[in-house]
Amino acid sequence: MTDRPAGQRHQARVPPWRDIRVLRVVVQVVALLAVGLGVGFLATNLASNMSERGLSFGYGFLDQRAGFEIGESPVSYSANDSYGQAFTVGILNTLFVSIVGIALATMLGIVVGVARLSPNWLLARIAAGYVEVIRNTPLLLQLFVIYFVVLVQLPPVRESIALGDSVFLNQRGLFVPAPLRSPTFMTWLGIVIGAIVLVMVIRALARRSGATWRDLPLGLIGLLLAAAVAVVAWIALPEAPLQFDLPVAGRFNFTGGLALSTAFTAILLGLVLYTAGFIAEVVRGGIQAVRRGQVEAARALGLSERDTLRLVIFPQAMRIIVPPLTSQYLNLTKNSSLAIAVGYPDLFKVGTTMANQTGQPVPVIAMVMGTYLVISLATSLLMNLYNRRVQVEER
Amino acid sequence: MTSNVLAPPTTPESPIGWMRRNLFSSVVSSLVTLLLGALLVWLSMNVAQWALTEARWEVVTRNLRLFLMGQYPGDQAWRLWTSLLVLSLLAGVSAAVFGHTTRVLAVSVSAFQVLLAAIMAASPVGPLITIGMLANAVLVWAAMIVGLRLGVPRRALMVAWLLSIPATWVLVAGVGLAPFPSVSSNLWGGLLLTMLLALVGIVLSFPIGVLLALGRRSALPAIRVVSTAYIELVRGVPLVTILFMADVMLPFFLPGEVRIDRVARAMGGITLFSAAYVAENVRGGLQAIPSGQVEAAQALGLRGWQTNLFIVLPQALRSVIPANVGLFISLLKDTTLVAIIGLAELLGIGQAVLAQPDSLGAHLEVFAFVGLVFFVLCYAMSQASYRLEAAMGVGKR
Repeated sequence: MTDRPAGQRHQARVPPWRDIRVLRVVVQVVALLAVGLGVGFLATNLASNMSERGLSFGYGFLDQRAGFEIGESPVSYSANDSYGQAFTVGILNTLFVSIVGIALATMLGIVVGVARLSPNWLLARIAAGYVEVIRNTPLLLQLFVIYFVVLVQLPPVRESIALGDSVFLNQRGLFVPAPLRSPTFMTWLGIVIGAIVLVMVIRALARRSGATWRDLPLGLIGLLLAAAVAVVAWIALPEAPLQFDLPVAGRFNFTGGLALSTAFTAILLGLVLYTAGFIAEVVRGGIQAVRRGQVEAARALGLSERDTLRLVIFPQAMRIIVPPLTSQYLNLTKNSSLAIAVGYPDLFKVGTTMANQTGQPVPVIAMVMGTYLVISLATSLLMNLYNRRVQVEER
Repeated sequence: MTSNVLAPPTTPESPIGWMRRNLFSSVVSSLVTLLLGALLVWLSMNVAQWALTEARWEVVTRNLRLFLMGQYPGDQAWRLWTSLLVLSLLAGVSAAVFGHTTRVLAVSVSAFQVLLAAIMAASPVGPLITIGMLANAVLVWAAMIVGLRLGVPRRALMVAWLLSIPATWVLVAGVGLAPFPSVSSNLWGGLLLTMLLALVGIVLSFPIGVLLALGRRSALPAIRVVSTAYIELVRGVPLVTILFMADVMLPFFLPGEVRIDRVARAMGGITLFSAAYVAENVRGGLQAIPSGQVEAAQALGLRGWQTNLFIVLPQALRSVIPANVGLFISLLKDTTLVAIIGLAELLGIGQAVLAQPDSLGAHLEVFAFVGLVFFVLCYAMSQASYRLEAAMGVGKR
């Protein structure tokens, strides 16, 4: 090296097999070569195996007629549609059950987690028992119990369990009224969103202004105002913005309304009950991690019970809760692939059907895994953004 | 400061005082207590009535053999007994030598064997088997007492554990020679297969996971990128897709003449899957090592691999034991997913049993039994991990 300080020039040159700079490059090249060779080996085998069976790697089959029915779908689909459309239905079903599941599991998880800390001994013990049973048995077993023991043994259609005259539960699933948009729906939605935006702007301005009325519970007042606007608009508009299509008992099944099949109910219930057990532990851990002195200090400052919870405990607990909560959401999404056990046509089930029918398991499963990966990465990205908001900036 | 400070006097609380404080502290609390209490009584009465009078437990007891070892040939069952014996012995001695948490585990092993013996007593497997299982449960305690008396050196015990892994494999799978003819993995099933899948998964994924964790923190960009990509890729997809890949797609990726049996493929899938999770646990441990430790090692002239092997890893791995116990619990539960690709582990055997003509409709009985087995195993391990965490003061140092 020519640019060394003069004092070191007399040192003997390091031989290349001991030179850390050379070694670094060599090790990396060797590692990459090993990985490349491994992948190459598998790829060559794949190519030769597929040509042996007269298959070619490609996604041409996506435009072909699928030829299989899908039990339930949020968009219209029939056996005459293409494999590509069938796959889309699978993605939508997975997203649907995951999003609904995440919302419900969070609510139940918070309730159970707080119940575990209840001063009422019985309530706390029951919540703890729930958490232990749920966390220490396999999800697949719980799904089987929900499906085979609870749902399949519900009464047949004619003897449906009815809740009023609009909600019915029977072997075929859960039937609830379906909301239908009427022509005035968009106008109404516009008015409501406008009201909410207005309230949020006022709230933000108030926070900045330093006026004394900023300490009023503006969020609550704003929410009530927005709700009032929504109700007034609903009545004032010439036609109600949403109308409900009620399920009507037919001879063999219900027609109309929104039908949630037994399979969907089973996977949703299974995911919610299972994940809620884990979320409860996350919530409990987060609340318990808030130091006792914080609560005592809040009391000493004269904060009410509600304000202590809202301004002292909750923001600090959130910081601890959000990262593990993210991984629970990811787990729920990935666990939704167990829907195949109860027959709900999610991404994985549609994927395996496609793999069997097309005789092309490799590209199909690659697509399925790729989709799960994208969903997972998107979820963690969103949660990381939220996490950054709740974290305290350290000095 | 004087050391003989007395604790504040405590008056023993009367049961009524306890109830007033914990169950009826306010109107709302009292209502909740009454409501939940009524619900609990109603539920337990229903469950007890079903379990004692209606349940057809003979579906479980009649098929107990299937549930425990699948189709494993009866004349080779002594090999399973031998490996169980080794496990009981090692668990007992470990409880004596390592103390604390291992003691919880050993007690659980013994309790689990007593539970199995109780179920066996009610089933037509014969008194000899029941007594054998009870003897195993007693052996755990005997080994613990002997271990306490003799003082077995730690290192010898570690070597024994390491040797027990290949020994178990030889016993269960066989080597094709006279005393140990090969037993095809198609015949493994039930609890045996569940345990083997979980144990192989954790034992093999551990070294891979450690290497991946070190790779992810490597200063060399190529190695870091490859490790990170593997970890994130595997953690982003569900286990069933990996199992499906191992089951259906692996033959496509191997030369035509290579045939791997289904159980081994499932084990491979589980291992590669859990390696990514082990890696993330270990990375947590690595990050918790203060940089002063590495700097001190460098100042002493240790090389890179020496620093990792003697300074960083021993501290990091110690601190992630509880997290890895948690991982093992979820791995044990996740082995049920191989039922989806058609292997007969405990839950898969349950489904097979339910398909028998005279077991129709006995879902709840079968699921209750399978659930109980999983619950006892997982609950024992989670309790051990809580204790370990408390004993090690994780998060306090």
